[in-house]
Amino acid sequence: MDFLAHHVWLIPLLPLVAAGLIAVTPRPQRQFASSLSIGALAAAFLLATLAFAATLAPGYTRTISNLPWFTAGDLTLHWGWILDPISAAMLVMITFVGSLIFIFSTGYLAEDPNYTRFFGFLSLFAAAMLGLVIANSLLVLFVCWELVGVASYLLIGFWFTKPAAAAAAKKAFITTRIGDLGLFTAMLWLNSETGTLLFYDSGRGCLESAALTSLVAQTTVAGLTFTAAISLLAFWGAAGKSGQLPLHVWLPDAMEGPTPVSALIHAATMVAAGVFLTARLYPLLSATPGAEGLTFSNTTPALITIAWVGAATAVFAAVCAVAQHDLKRVLAYSTVSQLGLMFVGVATGGPAVGLVHLLTHAFFKALLFLGAGSVIHACHHEQDLRRLGGLRRGLPVTFAAYAVGMMALSGVPILFSGFWSKDAVLHGALAWPASKGPFVLCVIGAALTAFYMMRQMCFVFLGEPRGVNASDAHAHLPPHESPRVMTVPLVVLALCTLLLSAVCTPFWPALEHYLAGPKATPPSVTAGVWGLLVLSTVATATGLGLAWFAYRPVRGSASSADPLAERFPAVFGVLNRAFGVDALYAATLTRWGRGLGTAAAWFDRWVWAGLVDLFHTLGQFTGWISGRVDEDALNGGFDAGCEATRWSGRRLSLVHNGQAPRYLRIVALGATVFALLLFGWMEQK
Amino acid sequence: MNAVFALLAGLTLGAALAAVTLRNLVHAALCLALALAGLGLIYIHLEAEFVGLAQILVYVGAVAILIVFAVLLVRGAELPEGRVSRAPWWGAGFTALFAATLLWAVVRSPVIRQATRPAPTVTVRAIGDQLMRDYVVPLQAIGMLLTAATLGAALIALPRRDPNSSAHQPTPP
Amino acid sequence: MNPLAGCLLLSCLLFASGLGAVLIRRNAIVVLIGIELMLNAANLNFIAFWRYGPNPEALTGLMAALFALAIAAAEAAVGLALIISLYRRHHRSDIDVAEELKG
Repeated sequence: MDFLAHHVWLIPLLPLVAAGLIAVTPRPQRQFASSLSIGALAAAFLLATLAFAATLAPGYTRTISNLPWFTAGDLTLHWGWILDPISAAMLVMITFVGSLIFIFSTGYLAEDPNYTRFFGFLSLFAAAMLGLVIANSLLVLFVCWELVGVASYLLIGFWFTKPAAAAAAKKAFITTRIGDLGLFTAMLWLNSETGTLLFYDSGRGCLESAALTSLVAQTTVAGLTFTAAISLLAFWGAAGKSGQLPLHVWLPDAMEGPTPVSALIHAATMVAAGVFLTARLYPLLSATPGAEGLTFSNTTPALITIAWVGAATAVFAAVCAVAQHDLKRVLAYSTVSQLGLMFVGVATGGPAVGLVHLLTHAFFKALLFLGAGSVIHACHHEQDLRRLGGLRRGLPVTFAAYAVGMMALSGVPILFSGFWSKDAVLHGALAWPASKGPFVLCVIGAALTAFYMMRQMCFVFLGEPRGVNASDAHAHLPPHESPRVMTVPLVVLALCTLLLSAVCTPFWPALEHYLAGPKATPPSVTAGVWGLLVLSTVATATGLGLAWFAYRPVRGSASSADPLAERFPAVFGVLNRAFGVDALYAATLTRWGRGLGTAAAWFDRWVWAGLVDLFHTLGQFTGWISGRVDEDALNGGFDAGCEATRWSGRRLSLVHNGQAPRYLRIVALGATVFALLLFGWMEQK
Repeated sequence: MNAVFALLAGLTLGAALAAVTLRNLVHAALCLALALAGLGLIYIHLEAEFVGLAQILVYVGAVAILIVFAVLLVRGAELPEGRVSRAPWWGAGFTALFAATLLWAVVRSPVIRQATRPAPTVTVRAIGDQLMRDYVVPLQAIGMLLTAATLGAALIALPRRDPNSSAHQPTPP
Repeated sequence: MNPLAGCLLLSCLLFASGLGAVLIRRNAIVVLIGIELMLNAANLNFIAFWRYGPNPEALTGLMAALFALAIAAAEAAVGLALIISLYRRHHRSDIDVAEELKG
């Protein structure tokens, strides 16, 4: 196990090799691709559990292995791997949930012609995500960050022949790219200030005291310390990846991808990478100038920003989720909202709190998405809530599993890990010295979450079949349960959701202790804990109850009219369009970007191309002149010379008229001249 | 310059002028013979007897006769156009020019004012001696030349046997 | 005006008449006559300079004159053969007839 701790890079290597092999197979091999992917990820899961076991040793902090990558002058870049509690927990979660989702996909995409390509991309994604969580270098993390973004693009646009899917993939990639600018700038700044991008490097790493002390000592614009500025830039990147305001616009559209993709990437893992990043960089985010130069607090400007952004996003997304008609979009906005909650957890309660919620959320959100996938598959790709209904009878297993997930998300107490992890977040937010605002917003968000989940249940599972069997040309059979390969993962995830609650309660916060590491002291059980438990239960009950009564017409019949939409059509419309943020971006940023592009194109076509054309013309002209000189002057001149010689020869040869008298005369003349010269010369002597 | 020489010179010159100006070719050839004979006599007067006699033998006896024969052979077609060429002034001019050059050279030369010396005694033996000793190579060369000339002349003058030649058509054009 | 001068003068005049014949007359035989006159004029020069020159005992001039004589005779023979041949071809003894080598 020590070997594994030092060679933890083997874990992402397995799915990477699978992806590579799938990529080079000449003809699509469905069975080979899926079994290889599932096998590789399952093997990675085994290795991850072994690595996890290695970290359970008491007093274990971390295992580092750093390798130099390349040197360019003064700059040396390192490749580093780290195995510590947070990365071990993430490894186990990703490989486990990933394997289940892979298995689910074999059933979900059974009729898809591009099955092999799907598994290739999925394996690539898994490798990149695993690499991200074990990275000890911001550079390696960034590389995996980008790879994960590429895999997300490829998978959102998996059905790229559909224009909406292609557009959604592009939007996702570009929006996260805008966020990545912040992360990249932070990376460059950090490297230039501390000389390294390794997190932990025996004291020289950029998250260790020496580097942080030098960073807190320097300030930049608006009196922000370097740490605060770098943290805010890095958070901009995390906000892009995790869909926080204002970069949240891509997540709802990303639902164009196949449902397993939504489950894996846009619920459990990739979007959680932003939260993971903040957890990983927590020493940087919480560093502040103190008595001996460096101290840590949870009220630094960066953390305050993160808390407020997370809380605002949580409420914003929850409100929008209330008015969505698409089954997956509700879950997408729900994810955005829960991610906001996670950020609040990290900012107010510490990285362990946020990560606990991340881990529990991964399980029940994946469960919810896979359940939605099962519904969609059974109803022949019908996704509109208003045309689904009464599925509790046809899909009992799906219904039961989905109910478990829904209750976990809504925060139904005691049995469901979602309640406990959300409660931990609320606890941290309540105890936050900076402000109680995020706490209030999170409570409102919790209530709203319960409301829209119950709404969704009413539409999908309760009530009578709405539009699916009525006029749909494809559906001639009533929806029946999905095959076992799809329902078994649902059941397993439901069980995990229930079982995880055991280690998340404040009475035995085993997971939180583990994640916080041996040095941190998590909050203890106090009287305030009970009050908070009651408060969150009340919030959940309020939401569930309101929805139960408001949607009575829906759960009681086959009506597909949304009561809230009928009562408040204007508000409902605004919420449905998510406050028109998309339209705003289209009217401003997109338009400006397009205008800039048009201007650049004009410039390129007229100015640069003009210059090039000028040189081209000059070159042509020079060539023409050279040609003319060569052709007319040199050749022509030479030819003219030859012609002149020939002409003169012709003319001179006419002197030879073949007649002896002329020749004789010329001889006589020559003799005379010779005689004159000779006698003249002799005269001189 | 004595009278004999002047007489002989006048004879020779007159005959030469006649040879070049007479219309009748036979007369011209005979005048040439006379001029050559006169030259031979001048040689004898200049005490180059051997050469003078050789001159008379060869030139008068052979060359002049040959010319007469040639004249007789090419008879039949007298020139209708005239004796002189189409542009005689060119020829006259060049001749005058050349004559002037030579005369000028002669007149300007100092040798014509030198004193004369008595004639040497030349024996045929001495001439033969010289021919066989100092001048044997030229002698042999002359022999070959004469052979070649004879053969060549004979070849050139032979009538052609091809059917297009004028030998088969005895009539003039 | 010594005897040498007289010989030279005669030689010049003979040469000039021979040259005149060559350049002015049209008949080939007359041209040949002119050539013979020129050769003989040169021969006269040889003999004159032998007689009145610096070293008559060497017989140089005599030898030269003899050889010139022989050569001239041979040349006259060949020339006349040529004239006869030309006459056969063109039936004229005009020196203008043989103009195939023009241009």
